[in-house]
Amino acid sequence: MSEDAAGSARETVEAVYRADSRRVFATLIRLLGDFDLAEEALHDAFVAALEQWPTDGVPANPRAWLVSVGRFKAIDTIRRRARFDASLSELADRLEETGATAAGDDQLRLIFTCCHPALPPDAQVALTLREVCGLTTEEIARAFLTSPPTVAQRIVRAKAKIRDAHIPYQVPSHEEIPARLGNVLHVIYLVFNEGYSASSGESLTRRDLSGEAIRLGRLLADLLPEPETLGLLALMVLHESRRAARTTPSGELILLHDQDRSRWNRELIAEGLVLVRRALAPRPAGPYAIQAAISAVHAEAPDAAATDWREIVGLYDALLQTEASPVVELNRAAAMAMRDGPEAGLRLIDAILARGDLSDYHLAHSARADLCRRLGRSAEARVSYERALQLAKQEPERRFLERRIRDLGT
Amino acid sequence: MKYLCLIYSDETIWPKLPKAEAEKWMAEYMAFSESTQKSGHYVNANRLQGTHSATTVRIRDGKLSTTDGPFAETKEQLGGYYLLEAKDLNEAIQLAARIPGARVGSIEVRPIADLPVK
Repeated sequence: MSEDAAGSARETVEAVYRADSRRVFATLIRLLGDFDLAEEALHDAFVAALEQWPTDGVPANPRAWLVSVGRFKAIDTIRRRARFDASLSELADRLEETGATAAGDDQLRLIFTCCHPALPPDAQVALTLREVCGLTTEEIARAFLTSPPTVAQRIVRAKAKIRDAHIPYQVPSHEEIPARLGNVLHVIYLVFNEGYSASSGESLTRRDLSGEAIRLGRLLADLLPEPETLGLLALMVLHESRRAARTTPSGELILLHDQDRSRWNRELIAEGLVLVRRALAPRPAGPYAIQAAISAVHAEAPDAAATDWREIVGLYDALLQTEASPVVELNRAAAMAMRDGPEAGLRLIDAILARGDLSDYHLAHSARADLCRRLGRSAEARVSYERALQLAKQEPERRFLERRIRDLGT
Repeated sequence: MKYLCLIYSDETIWPKLPKAEAEKWMAEYMAFSESTQKSGHYVNANRLQGTHSATTVRIRDGKLSTTDGPFAETKEQLGGYYLLEAKDLNEAIQLAARIPGARVGSIEVRPIADLPVK
């Protein structure tokens, strides 16, 4: 084989690694039943590809080739270990009998395993990012502002529970799906939110995390197009469509009201609008579908003033019916303020704060401050902005609140 | 794979139940036991006497100490168990969810550790 062909084979290995390594990994986990063995087999399979493809040519079905080679490498490994542990040779025999078929839904099995409700919530997130998305422990630690050893420990403990309690690599049965899917969607949404609006730290967003969440959402929408799966994906792409307009070049926060809508990503909006319609078709609509519908109303408004606030308030009412929470009430109050004027909104927010539910939530105080500001009640606005500033942890949000306080004058 | 399903609940509610109600619970437990026997999931089960009858035993510095009461004072107490055979945790969870006590208390599902066969 010529130098050029060998070089292009190496490039193919790299491209296949980027596009397909996690799918190969998911299939190897199903076949081998063990995370660490599958990780090793994946590594060995790609090493073999780097050695063989430049000389023998790229196989017709690279993914199937990698699965098959990975499986044989794992059987070799087990046979070697079996010299010291007799029970392993039985496992090796069994592995040789089962075929190396690559099933399309192996990644789906893996997602359901990683998001199993019997695992602690923070471990579900870490395990999904590590095993399904292929992020390194360091990347996950950076994303969630924790140390790599902490993340590594969560993952190791979760894998031990999967092994010891026999959590299966399985897509739940049709009857179990409603109970199990919610958890998977929740994990994906957590990852997205951490990427879209980091809970603390220097930067407002962490694009890599929301990108991973959308990738997971698309995968799930492809393999299991339940209404809420489509609703969550719609919600994520509609939010994502505003990313470029949400911050100034220097990283300062721009509120929805003030964003330059010509900078919204029209392609993502078009995708989101189609998904919303599909998610809303079966009634009653689920919470992700309703939230996506709210986002769609904003996406369709040419400017802030032309927003259909009546529709948005109606959607928040529907959301409260399916998923009542103080934060949903707060958002509804903000929409009411747009529909009926700041005073109406302020009355609702004061009632929520009086109950004590959101007294430590910075956005409740900044929403109150904003309505007081619009009503010309500067002294009250200042008190609420300052309370919000005490509670806010994210630097761009803090700077935004400081600007608002300065703008109130003395 | 065997799973021990530990049934926890507030044990003070049981003696206060009217007779008819208590019999209904009994019947539900019998029905669960029978159905898991038929399906081949049942291995063993027992109800325990209340924690008033519990004794905790320790040996420290070679000396036996016995104290009255359960190991830990908790809001819900271990009241009984099922040892069930299930193919994986998902099946064990499905089975545990059918234990009548799951509706008032909680069921802790613990896999039995396999001893390596030498």
